[in-house]
Amino acid sequence: MTLPDIFFYVFASVTVAAAVMVISARNPVHSVLFLILAFVNAAGLFVLMGAEFLAMILIVVYVGAVAVLFLFVTMMLDADYRELRAGFLQYLPVGLLVGLVVLTELVLVVGAWSVSGALPKTPAQTPIPTDMTNAEALGRVLYTDYVLLFQASGLVLLTAMVGAIVLTLRERRLAVKRQDIGEQVGRRPADAIEVVKAPVGQGVAEGGGVR
Amino acid sequence: MTVGLEHYLVVAAILFTIGVFGIFMNRKNVIIILMSVELILLAVNINLVAFSTHLGDLKGQVFALFVLTVAAAEAAIGLAILVVYFRNRGTIAVSDINMMKG
Repeated sequence: MTLPDIFFYVFASVTVAAAVMVISARNPVHSVLFLILAFVNAAGLFVLMGAEFLAMILIVVYVGAVAVLFLFVTMMLDADYRELRAGFLQYLPVGLLVGLVVLTELVLVVGAWSVSGALPKTPAQTPIPTDMTNAEALGRVLYTDYVLLFQASGLVLLTAMVGAIVLTLRERRLAVKRQDIGEQVGRRPADAIEVVKAPVGQGVAEGGGVR
Repeated sequence: MTVGLEHYLVVAAILFTIGVFGIFMNRKNVIIILMSVELILLAVNINLVAFSTHLGDLKGQVFALFVLTVAAAEAAIGLAILVVYFRNRGTIAVSDINMMKG
């Protein structure tokens, strides 16, 4: 067993254990932290597979952005998580059943496929180059063959950003003072000033006008 | 036993199953359901990258990149909807989301 194999087993077992903790932790904040652990270890698996760029993207995007977003929302919402957890055991049998069925099917597919022999090795259409880094190779493919998809994914992100802002933006009209140009321009002296003749010794009433 | 494609596929299958299982177990907590969806997408990415390495084709990694993008957008929108929903109803229980039933 070589060193990469040992690392594979470490990363894989920690990823799976963290994933189990994500769905079973009592506190959602702990769930998010275990999600971060799972992502970091999956990035380790990506490095072992030779996809360094994707591993770094996984850490930057998932751990740096998505998981922190989850953390913010989880901490911001003052929901009663204990009440939300009720019924956890009620769904256990059907969940276990479905999980077992899915897992057996997936493992059977992999097993049958690996017994029946390797894939028919068709020549790769975009072979992984050996003389450059993973990031450079990905960039050369991404900005040429897949430039339209790349732009489309940018549009998806733009839509998500606009949608998230539109959904969560609240106009607070009472708290924030804004300019109203029409009202400002249309203001006349009669609206603003009141000329009061104050008799001697009596003064002016508080709200304006003669007492 | 050297680590090959099958090992990565089994890890991805286990992760996928845990994600599906998590959706079933936490039927009420939307945050955990969203995290389970992230786990499922992570399993898909592991599959794509494993086959990319095995077949020596860079396309799998490109696809994993796009999956990552869509997953990030989905998480952002989902959490935004969750925040608005919590602001309106004061709870995030899935069973209460039935206002649009008609």
